[in-house]
Amino acid sequence: MKRYSVFAIAKQAMNYHLGWEKAWASPAPKKEYDVIIVGAGGHGLATAYYLGKNHGIKNVAIIEKGWLGGGNTGRNTTIIRSNYLQDPSAAIYDKALQLYEGLSQDLNYNVMFSPRGLLMLAQTHHEVRGYLRTVHANMLQGVTTEYISPAKVKELVPIINIDGPRYPVLGALYQPRGGTGRHDAVAWGYARACSAMGMDIIQQTEVTAVRQEGGVVKGVETTKGFIGCKKLGVVVAGHSGQLAEMAGFRLPIEAVALQALVSEPIKPCMDVVVMANTVHGYMSQSDKGEMVIGGGTDGFNNFTQRGSFHHVEETLRALIETFPMISRLKMLRQWGGIVDMTGDRSPIISKTPLGNCFFNCGWGTGGFKAIPGSGWAMAELMAKGEPGALAEEFSMWRFKEGKFIDESVAAGVAH
Amino acid sequence: MLILECPYCGVKAEETELTPGYEAHLKRFGPGATPEEFEAYMFARKNPKGVHFERWRHAYGCGKWFLAARCTATLEVFGTYPAQSSEPPADLQAKIKAKRPNWEGYK
Repeated sequence: MKRYSVFAIAKQAMNYHLGWEKAWASPAPKKEYDVIIVGAGGHGLATAYYLGKNHGIKNVAIIEKGWLGGGNTGRNTTIIRSNYLQDPSAAIYDKALQLYEGLSQDLNYNVMFSPRGLLMLAQTHHEVRGYLRTVHANMLQGVTTEYISPAKVKELVPIINIDGPRYPVLGALYQPRGGTGRHDAVAWGYARACSAMGMDIIQQTEVTAVRQEGGVVKGVETTKGFIGCKKLGVVVAGHSGQLAEMAGFRLPIEAVALQALVSEPIKPCMDVVVMANTVHGYMSQSDKGEMVIGGGTDGFNNFTQRGSFHHVEETLRALIETFPMISRLKMLRQWGGIVDMTGDRSPIISKTPLGNCFFNCGWGTGGFKAIPGSGWAMAELMAKGEPGALAEEFSMWRFKEGKFIDESVAAGVAH
Repeated sequence: MLILECPYCGVKAEETELTPGYEAHLKRFGPGATPEEFEAYMFARKNPKGVHFERWRHAYGCGKWFLAARCTATLEVFGTYPAQSSEPPADLQAKIKAKRPNWEGYK
């Protein structure tokens, strides 16, 4: 891998930019690997990357049925934060945030991490109490957040309407280290680094069955034939249930559609991320000037990557009341992704009933922000066969034990 | 846009008139059940990519719960039936089988 640097740009500029090499190779699959990761999205690629970097396991294939980063990695609203109430969530999301802070240097790939600050508006008295509690929890967890007044909110976000009338802004949970990243670049950066370590990224190859012998995984049947492996990591978000069925068990997961949309580009008007959970909409401005908007999930099982129109209307109706100036913006694009929701709305990073088969799923509506931490924890689990400190609370058996990580109650919404 | 016909009042209700209730025909477990049974009842949903039987409530209409058969891969609606059904009606199952020959049937 040729390093990207200012000197490389200068050198290529002399050469009409004809000398750039491909960022990652597209090899044919080998017969067997030490590790197969199913799903070349952010979480799958990050898992492979940290398997190589932290644990020296480089005989790895990452199999993807579509194209790299074409699922939810390319469909989210790129928000990065770690202001969670529960300790296990704060630990893994803050690990992810810390890794994001150095990711561009680590990968030698600009992931455009922008720690511009993130606000979660408190618009009811219940929410005020909830966020004060979160700030206190975050202090104990070592996550820097603060509770700020409406005047400070207005100072940070001049375009906001804090007076209501129905949902006035009463304060906000502020995480200055939160922000956004470039979602495609995260996938591409990890892919380039994996490829440079000699890992095979195999796109346009769908897994059709999981082969097992004596309760231990032996490999996967794919549309390009059988590929053997010693360990299998499944990191496929919306289709986790289908892969689990192939592996012979059922996950506590349901797939639903989550939508996002962007407006036409406008001049810079908001340099923080604002989330309004009571009315349920969130918004940030991209570097191109588009307002990037997300809302809630549909309430029914869905695999079509398109959601219900009325959710778009509900999200925009809420945001127009909070940001009156966006009322005349035209919306440019709208899309959906299939998110895997668990019973407690927290993820699963876990061993499974099938030996040497590991699942990383259930990130639901908030997976992008977790990518580096999730990959780090999953790689540790796969390399050692046992979960480390980051993953141990996220076992798939917590639903049987009743040991939930109840962020859905903490946040009041899916998060 | 999802449109389901309420089997009670006959109204073809549009999605905003309805409240979703997720998987239908759950077998309920209570005190005395094993942890595995209770976990399966509480959390382990079928979540199929294809034919799905689910609960809906005609919330802004007659207010009654009913059941629907729908394809989660295409959003096609096969039909609706009263909530007082322990399994999908035979004629509805036959209709689904005709449209989805590979469907493994209700189980």
